[in-house]
Amino acid sequence: MTVTENPTPMGFGRMHRKEDARFVRGRGNYVDDIQLPGMLHGSFLRSPYAHAKIVSIDTSAAEALPGVKAVITGKVLETLNLAWMPTLSYDTQAVLATDKVRFQNQEVAFVVAENHYIARDALELIEVEYEPLPVVADAKQALAPGAPVIRDDKEGKTDNHIFDWSAGDAEKTERVFAESEVVVAEDVLYPRVHPSPLETCGAVADFDKVTGKLTIYSTTQAPHAHRTVYALVAGLPEHKIRVISPDIGGGFGGKVGIYPGYVLAIVGSIVTGKPVKWMEDRNEHLTATAFARDYHMRGEIAATKDGKIRALRVKVLADHGAFNGTAQPTKFPAGFFHIFTGSYDLEAASCDVTGVYTNKAPGGVAYACSFRITEAAYLVERMIDVLAYELKMDPAELRLKNLLKPEQFPYTTPTGWEYDSGDYPRALKLAMDMVEYDKLRAEQAEKLSRGEYMGIGISFFTEGVGAGPRKHMDILGLGMADGAELRVHPTGKAVLRLSVQTQGQGHETTFAQIVAEELGISPDDIDVVHGDTDQTPFGLGTYGSRSTPVSGAATAIVARKVRDRARIVASAMLEVSPDDLEWEKGKFFVKGDPDQAKTIQEIAMAAHSSLELPEGVEGHLDATTVYNPPNLTYPFGAYICVVDVDPATGQVKVRRFIAVDDCGVRINPMIVEGQVHGGLADGIGMALMQLMAFDEDGNHLGASLMDYLLPTSLECPSWELGETVTPSPHHPIGAKGVGESATVGSPAAVVNAVLDALKPLGVRHADMPLTPSNVWRAAQGRPIRTDLAITE
Amino acid sequence: MQITVTVNGESHTRDVEPRLLLVHFLRNELGLTGTHWGCDTSNCGVCTVTLDGVPVKSCTVLAVMADGKQVGTVEGLEGPAGLDPVQQGFVQCHGLQCGFCTPGMMITARALLDKNPDPSESEIREAISGQLCRCTGYENIVRSVRWAAEHPAKEGADA
Repeated sequence: MTVTENPTPMGFGRMHRKEDARFVRGRGNYVDDIQLPGMLHGSFLRSPYAHAKIVSIDTSAAEALPGVKAVITGKVLETLNLAWMPTLSYDTQAVLATDKVRFQNQEVAFVVAENHYIARDALELIEVEYEPLPVVADAKQALAPGAPVIRDDKEGKTDNHIFDWSAGDAEKTERVFAESEVVVAEDVLYPRVHPSPLETCGAVADFDKVTGKLTIYSTTQAPHAHRTVYALVAGLPEHKIRVISPDIGGGFGGKVGIYPGYVLAIVGSIVTGKPVKWMEDRNEHLTATAFARDYHMRGEIAATKDGKIRALRVKVLADHGAFNGTAQPTKFPAGFFHIFTGSYDLEAASCDVTGVYTNKAPGGVAYACSFRITEAAYLVERMIDVLAYELKMDPAELRLKNLLKPEQFPYTTPTGWEYDSGDYPRALKLAMDMVEYDKLRAEQAEKLSRGEYMGIGISFFTEGVGAGPRKHMDILGLGMADGAELRVHPTGKAVLRLSVQTQGQGHETTFAQIVAEELGISPDDIDVVHGDTDQTPFGLGTYGSRSTPVSGAATAIVARKVRDRARIVASAMLEVSPDDLEWEKGKFFVKGDPDQAKTIQEIAMAAHSSLELPEGVEGHLDATTVYNPPNLTYPFGAYICVVDVDPATGQVKVRRFIAVDDCGVRINPMIVEGQVHGGLADGIGMALMQLMAFDEDGNHLGASLMDYLLPTSLECPSWELGETVTPSPHHPIGAKGVGESATVGSPAAVVNAVLDALKPLGVRHADMPLTPSNVWRAAQGRPIRTDLAITE
Repeated sequence: MQITVTVNGESHTRDVEPRLLLVHFLRNELGLTGTHWGCDTSNCGVCTVTLDGVPVKSCTVLAVMADGKQVGTVEGLEGPAGLDPVQQGFVQCHGLQCGFCTPGMMITARALLDKNPDPSESEIREAISGQLCRCTGYENIVRSVRWAAEHPAKEGADA
């Protein structure tokens, strides 16, 4: 199982990773490993207040400290017109606070010094006088009359409202609700969490005054998009900006946007004439970079008495923090939340989302959310269980009754998504067989009779990944298509250049496998180049599980273009018509005469030789392409979690976790499984442990790994995986994205399991994280607001 | 102050500030950047190295405390005969993705196997519980360590 049978297949299969050779030797090259001659180090002074006017900043003592090269404040940035920068949501964000601070730990000043230790010393010497202002810590109070206005920097802004957005047919939904036999409502909070990759964010900026060229090494998932944004922010031309994303120690969506640290590293380098490194610590990372979720949802579900679901309606209050920096396609301020009808056949659905400002860090879309699908999937899977609770039905039976059927695909949802393919009942039945569902239910009943509480939780999810069709999807006006370039060298070795950027997902291996599958060149003979904007074609980067759907497709297409060229070269070599040639992985042969063949390596050499080619054929063996996807891909999965709960202490033990995923064709099953394992651990973490709460003064209560708990090897069970294969019909190799599926699908399974255990105590719903104290409270029937330091 | 630290068998003498953390000494003074830095509260374990054979979090050790001592880092795992079985196991069983926790994980795994050559799954999970991984969900790390336990001889290196 663990040892691959074929370590380097000529195409798809369990291939060991090419990346591992350097990582297991400590020879990766992450941002903080970079050392440049004369390099200086920058560090931020941050705000102790969540909301306060800045009266004055005195940097004189810091500037006088030996080893300090520059102290940059908002006033300095104002002179460069850089105190504010645009966000990915067409809002603005303070780079360094000028007028006031709007969240705790916001960036106030930046010190550049000879080393990190001196920079930290200098921060202690900066004197800032603040005038505290009333704080909006509770999203539910943000729109209350008289609430303090956070964004008074925006002309005419008199409240904390950001946007209203709706999807679906509200009237029809209203009608179906009015005539439905059963209607159930529930308030469901998806609390604020953080992706928290083990490597924090950082950058090394190197501005060359002579050439005017800026090179910035940074932890970015989207190097080309960053280059364009820097061009817009700093006024440097794009050909004079080179963004290099080296090895990234995990991203999980936290490394998509531009942070003040990147901008200050650049400014620091321009000001000092030296390379400047900025590497934040964990506290800074957790408190000031992109958070995830923070959706306050009211779900309503309408059904018949015998469990036919008819409609869903959702109202969302979205807490976006002090600046709307949410990363999503422009036309979708709530991301793809309107995929919340999930895997079910409904008559109608609608949602209304309202975004508000609060005195917290910006973010929202991160942590493998596929643009808010985590929230959507959690909502619908929780509502299904709430309905099952009210109807006293088994949640598996209720799902089987309502799942879309294979013959309904392609299926258009009531909110407008066109699901590409799916066989949902097969996946759910497989998961139920793997866990021996009926036996488990019997065990549960038997245990309950002895006063032991065991729970079984199901989550069936449909993902939507691979943004996206350029016509509908862009980020800051940049259409979400991705380029690929493939060059086959004279001896038949190849280099593939990509616009996406791995952060551990194994692209250097799997993209070589796609080329290997298409051209019959060993993946060992194919180098994958990514993360350097001077060397790779333009594209939007890796997030939203879009690499396989978009760049994977581009890779297959560009390899096919090379194959088309190879056919012409082979026909010249064999002196036959191209139409008389047949392709077999790795070679062309003459139809009916398989001995008359040319391998791709022979063709590559000939393409670079003096061989006479037909008119219009340029020779060499290379191609470029841009792939504009016709639709997203819609992978799906059936997850079942089994827990033991002690209501007296609130302790939850995850006993088993079964995950059946279907992402269409699997390029490398070993890597898919690793992606799923990681996402399942996210689910355990979010459901049971992780929370960024705030007190009424806006103090961040999850600011380090002492309080913001990440699951260890002891909280995670041994995962049990299953798979079905339902290819995407529109994708060149039938592959769907998968990286975020487990993070999207698993939290609901864990929460449903815990609440299933508590069902005999009359508990219908409780919000994440289901920590021992929260489970204990829920079992006592006590209310909780997990997002605030408020109980009862 | 002047310290002499033996790292992976090689002696290094440097003049350092007393407050310098061992992790920064290794990374910035010696250029051994395989050891990483992931948190500020001694939780994540990506900085794990051995100090006189015992795994320690090098963000929680001052460089001056390593004076006269033996430090082992990921760069010292590979021997003349090739990769350590732990390194091979991580490759064979896909025990790493982004690679950021990997050096610390492998150092701990090596120390575990030196003490307990045939650990059970729960002993492995206990041994690595001071170390966070965000990518793998731990499953394949456990398998990787088991693989190393089952292949103590250095064979089949393919990384």
